[in-house]
Amino acid sequence: MVGRIVKRVYLYLIFLFLYAPIVMLVVYSFNESRSMGRWSGFTLKWYAELFKDTEVLRALYNTLAIAVLSAVIATIIGTAAAIGIHEMKRIKKAIVMNLTYLPVINPDIVTGVSLMLLFVFTKPFTGMGLGFFTMLLAHITFNIPYVILSVMPKLKQLDRHVYEAALDLGATPFYALRKVVIPQIMPGIVTGLLLAFTLSIDDFVISFFTTGSGVSNIAIYVYSMARRGVNPKINALSTIMFVTVLALLLIVNKRMNKDNSKVKESVR
Amino acid sequence: MRRTWYAYPYLVWMAIFIVVPLFLLLFYTFTATTEEGIRFTLQHIKRIWEPIYLIVLLRSILLALICTVVCLLIGYPVALILASKEYSQNKVLALLFVIPMWINFLVRTYAWMSLLGKNGLIDMVMDFLHLPPVQLLYTDHAVVLGMVYNFLPFMVLPIYSVLTKMDKSIIEAAEDLGADYITVLKRIIIPLSLPGVISGITMVFMPAVTTFIISRLLGGGQYILIGNLIEQQFIVVGDWNFGSAISFVLTVIILISMGIMRKYDREYEGGAIW
Amino acid sequence: MKKVFKIFGLFFSVIMVVGILAGCGSAPKAQLKVYNWGDYIDETVIEEFEKKYNIDVIYDTFATNEEMYVKVKGGGADYDVAFPSDYMIERMIKEGMLEKIDFSNVPNYKYIDERFKNLPYDPNNEYSVPYMWGTVGILYNKKMVDEPVDSWKILWDEKYKKQIFMLDSSRDSIGVALKMLGYSLNTRNIDELEQAKEALIRQKPLVLSYVGDEVKEAMISGQAALAVVWSGDAVYTKRENPDLDYVIPKEGSNLWVDAMVILKGTKNKKAAEQFINFMCEPEIAFRNTDYIGYSTPHTEAKKMLDPEILNDRTAYPPDEDLKNCEVFEALSDVIKEYDRVWTEVKAAR
Repeated sequence: MVGRIVKRVYLYLIFLFLYAPIVMLVVYSFNESRSMGRWSGFTLKWYAELFKDTEVLRALYNTLAIAVLSAVIATIIGTAAAIGIHEMKRIKKAIVMNLTYLPVINPDIVTGVSLMLLFVFTKPFTGMGLGFFTMLLAHITFNIPYVILSVMPKLKQLDRHVYEAALDLGATPFYALRKVVIPQIMPGIVTGLLLAFTLSIDDFVISFFTTGSGVSNIAIYVYSMARRGVNPKINALSTIMFVTVLALLLIVNKRMNKDNSKVKESVR
Repeated sequence: MRRTWYAYPYLVWMAIFIVVPLFLLLFYTFTATTEEGIRFTLQHIKRIWEPIYLIVLLRSILLALICTVVCLLIGYPVALILASKEYSQNKVLALLFVIPMWINFLVRTYAWMSLLGKNGLIDMVMDFLHLPPVQLLYTDHAVVLGMVYNFLPFMVLPIYSVLTKMDKSIIEAAEDLGADYITVLKRIIIPLSLPGVISGITMVFMPAVTTFIISRLLGGGQYILIGNLIEQQFIVVGDWNFGSAISFVLTVIILISMGIMRKYDREYEGGAIW
Repeated sequence: MKKVFKIFGLFFSVIMVVGILAGCGSAPKAQLKVYNWGDYIDETVIEEFEKKYNIDVIYDTFATNEEMYVKVKGGGADYDVAFPSDYMIERMIKEGMLEKIDFSNVPNYKYIDERFKNLPYDPNNEYSVPYMWGTVGILYNKKMVDEPVDSWKILWDEKYKKQIFMLDSSRDSIGVALKMLGYSLNTRNIDELEQAKEALIRQKPLVLSYVGDEVKEAMISGQAALAVVWSGDAVYTKRENPDLDYVIPKEGSNLWVDAMVILKGTKNKKAAEQFINFMCEPEIAFRNTDYIGYSTPHTEAKKMLDPEILNDRTAYPPDEDLKNCEVFEALSDVIKEYDRVWTEVKAAR
């Protein structure tokens, strides 16, 4: 069918668009020269340099840790929030939603500096300076709105009656939530989780202003070296991350296909 | 069974991490510190109404609008395809959309500069096809391309999440009643997916207004955007009052326009969106 | 979808475990917090310092002077040593953000070239010790520019329309315009600023892009014929693309210095001074300049350099090249004017 081919081509074009620069930087991670302006030969030296650099490896750990932690925590708080906000009356809902938009609208510098001031003002009370924990709090703060924005559409799509039917049939509200609501809004929750993770893994400005004590992330590391020229070991790092994620995806995909075919067989 | 209390943990969080910084912002916006002390003033807000700053503001909003529209036009079909019969089994495909965004932004953008620049890959391909070279880097087109590149997943994913698990029976009923694909699309799919579209628009338009690095790197830095201006005030000039004031005015403008947009859609959909 | 959760859950637990394990069991040693530009030190030098003095160095990086200033001023992260640039040091001295250095603890200061002492930003040498220095000039592609380059005016030449890179920074670009017109790049004269503004607006159609750090890559790959760059970057780009050359225009330019300072309120002043002294040891200073590739103010380290670099006019210009060069001053009272001028230039069509 023509439709099928058109769909395929369109999708391929989009993926070409998305991955063209990725392919470029993978290729240049093997470039002898430090510059992306010219190709001067194949080498693995940037990978070697990468593994010798403790600072970048530590930054990588921090980046991943904060991304996973803040994404998960933001998803939990955000999903609950979305469910609650969905039930609110008009005016309260409007106020809460508009406040929720603030971290999305505000330029990073404003969010970053205002959070930095908040942490500095509360330092005498909490005894905590800028560091890993404050960076984590900041990340959760800008992630939650995106989770809420991802889950809300699914809640609107939801049929109230199924939830009420479950309650009528004797389910406790919590059980009904778990078994009826959550599965239906699951795509929204996963979307929120992914978007939160994505935002967190590559944040510079807010992270820069809310961290300290030697805690850095990849974004800070890269931007700080921009003045001197981005070292290709970052390309090497990006390549490794990319390949790892792809490999994980393929494995997960294969497993899912195996599960699906098993289900198909048992149904027969 | 009001489930509003589910939101309480978030409300506490919001009070600490969003409202308090907001008050800080309001403080800087509406006060000026002189020898006599701190006093209330509107001088910072008044400064924004100078034509030079208004031009910057309008340009940024226009650019964000273009980016959002392009993202919507490109992204909606993608979401449709991903949710359609052939691909809906493949849950992994949607993930492939976000993964490029996990690579550092500066590195990705440098790669684009390498692709688009003179003697870059695209130039070489044009050369190979015996076509005249096109100056792509340092143009407005490059800026839109760069912005769409960075924001597309934020448009596609929410729409996709709404399109999957859409009630197929309604579509089937429409088809039974004789509707062709275009009608089904116009009358059923698009209206039902509107919540997702609104979320997508929100997640793209709002941050796009204050984005400026892409314009600097890919567009030649030819004009200054509101994001630059605000950052300059905080970082270079040290005028936090003016920086906060610009941010405040920008926020108010965007919130009001989003509010108006939603009022129109409420008529369309007939359900509470706000 | 369940699989996604399982994977995330796994990562979550691993991270918590690793985090907790790493947290425990770190004995408190003497600590020193250092705040420097990214990729601006030979990393092995830090390890050596840690071993020699038994001090733990916590090393953070920043991307611009201004961001460093906001972080330090904000007060959240207490650094001991920092590496700001000239005008920022002047500003920090004026605002009382620096400690005076006890030079009896920094005997290696004697190795610093006299030319870099008593500079306007620290006239009595009380607060800073120079680390790296350089100039600002024109980087040009010999294949694309067939005439001698010796004046800023070439950046206003119609012949090079859309082949010019200017810096996307108010002080730097306004400075170039001021120098071109024959004024000081630290001028407080509004009239001179307005003239610079006119010149920059006139130049705008000729400018391909207002660039930042990416100018290096762009010039190496031949995107433009002329660019305003720092000398350290010029050395690097010349090596990568032999068609490039660098010149300090005859009207004069900017001489910049990055220096080490001790931040006020430090609880580790002794360790900070030891660190600064260590960085001025000839062998260490040499390793830094060798890795970074920028010019060193250290007389002994300079002697250890490859003669090829010493003779490179870009890296070590003779005195005659530097005679009209100025160091940036802080200008806190007129910086708003510079910003307004820059905004008008950028907003002009």
